[in-house]
Amino acid sequence: MDRLGLTPDEWTAIALSLRVAAVATLASLGPGLAVAWILARRRFPGRALLDGLVHLPLILPPVVTGYLLLLAFGRRGTFGALLADVGIVLSFRWTGAALACAVMGFPLMVRAMRLSLEAVDARVEQAAATLGAPPFAVFLTVTLPLAMPGVLAGAVLAFAKAMGEFGATITFVSNIPGETQTLPSAIYTLTQVPGGEAGALRLTLISVALSMGALLVSELLARRLGRRLGAG
Amino acid sequence: MSLSVDLGLARGAFRLDVTFTAPPGLTALFGRSGSGKSTVIACMAGLARPDRGRLTLGDETLLDTGRGLHVPAHRRRIGTVFQEARLMPHLSVRQNLRYGRWFSRARRDADGLEPEAVIALLGIGHLLDRRPTGLSGGEGQRVAIGRALLSRPRLLLMDEPLAALDAERKAEILPLIERLRDAAGIPIVYVSHAVTEVARLANTIVVLEGGRVAAAGPAEGILRRGELGDFHAAEAGALLDMVVEGQCSASNLTRLSGRAGRLLVPHLTLAAGTGVRVHVPARDVLLSLADPVGLSARNRLRGQVLALHALAEGTMLVEVDCYGAVLSARLTRTSVAELGLAAGTPVFAIVKSVAFDPAGMGRAAHAVEI
Repeated sequence: MDRLGLTPDEWTAIALSLRVAAVATLASLGPGLAVAWILARRRFPGRALLDGLVHLPLILPPVVTGYLLLLAFGRRGTFGALLADVGIVLSFRWTGAALACAVMGFPLMVRAMRLSLEAVDARVEQAAATLGAPPFAVFLTVTLPLAMPGVLAGAVLAFAKAMGEFGATITFVSNIPGETQTLPSAIYTLTQVPGGEAGALRLTLISVALSMGALLVSELLARRLGRRLGAG
Repeated sequence: MSLSVDLGLARGAFRLDVTFTAPPGLTALFGRSGSGKSTVIACMAGLARPDRGRLTLGDETLLDTGRGLHVPAHRRRIGTVFQEARLMPHLSVRQNLRYGRWFSRARRDADGLEPEAVIALLGIGHLLDRRPTGLSGGEGQRVAIGRALLSRPRLLLMDEPLAALDAERKAEILPLIERLRDAAGIPIVYVSHAVTEVARLANTIVVLEGGRVAAAGPAEGILRRGELGDFHAAEAGALLDMVVEGQCSASNLTRLSGRAGRLLVPHLTLAAGTGVRVHVPARDVLLSLADPVGLSARNRLRGQVLALHALAEGTMLVEVDCYGAVLSARLTRTSVAELGLAAGTPVFAIVKSVAFDPAGMGRAAHAVEI
């Protein structure tokens, strides 16, 4: 097909993985930022519980997370049935793969964002308040810009994690070519069939290149922002 | 616009119970560290919640715990300058200055200071395109003052704005605060533990000690009687309003005149006719029953004893009325007894020219009469 020698199926897997990872990352930005801010700035009963819940996907076997998602968001699951009524089906669809990737990447995203939010000088935020800025304006004009390197790092980490997510995805949405067969699932499939080694190696190299690329981009962005803030 | 403050708060072993009113002009909150000054400022700015309290500015109530009223910081219109500049590091100086103005733009009716005037007053025109990280401490603090002024505040709080600066930077910013006090028409509450700053700037002094008001009143009386709390009682000294008469270029001294007579002080770079407020530390004043001869001290003022106050450590504070201007002198009890000083005794007050601290001499707070 081209110089890389990829088959159409392999291209489909790559394109699907990029789409799934992008949607998972973009959709978790808002909730991730909110949870990171709450954990960084608020003291309330149940904070440890929320912290634990967010980190759970990091330590649970991915297959357990996938199975829990299947129980909750499958066609007969609590939320799955509700969503099905409004026409949203997640199980065995690429959107379900995006949900699985978002959940698995969430702890990494929240952790990076929370650290950078905690590093923002609360005294500068207080100064902004005395100048007449309401709390949400302080967040948008002071907190968020100052935490931006960490926010971006969190997003890139979540994206890279989504590109590599396998266990939860395959458990929740299976391994359907063209629908839920992401890059790792495609590699796994190729390693299971005779003569698939060459394809598996090609996709593995692409996987490594994409992950390295994402990390380099995040490093570059963080450095540029850091220089703008006078820290670099 | 008058300000009335009544705050109560308990945090562990620390108790704060402070009530004072501040007339227009600059009110100094004076006390050693731990006396509760910064807590009072935080409660006034809306950055901390007192257990109990009331805060009114003009006819508006900003805090009344009895009624459950707590106006949030961003709606108080109280500009605050902190010990550190606290500029937004990701914004340029110009954007920092505009920050508060943007949120107060709905209040165009409110007569605020114009940016050009503030930038000129503070001398920060050349810094506008710089980033805060590249500024020196003094430059940063000037931008912070400008930023607070441009948010159209009704009250300016300054929490030890000079504490983090060296003597040179302090000398650069003190005259700016004097000009603000006299020109901006915004009441200022200024926190400090430095007698020279307070002596130079304050119209009113509120002395805090251990979370309570130890003394409050016009600056002149508080300083003269040394009501600055046990720790600073030794720094009592009179404030005299005088006018620059001329320079003695040969001796590098400046000649001042006022009600009490003439004083020679270390060189001041002020034009003749400028009103000056001079802090005369009580420990540097000698009293003599006769007009002394053959004495090195340059300044001799004639007057009579007004009152005597006992101080700690066997000393006394003697107030001397020099034609309406009152000086104070700190003497030992033995000296007072030997000279037979009592109210009405005619005396000469003697001060060495070098006793005057140029840092404690600034422009007069108001027009002076001679």
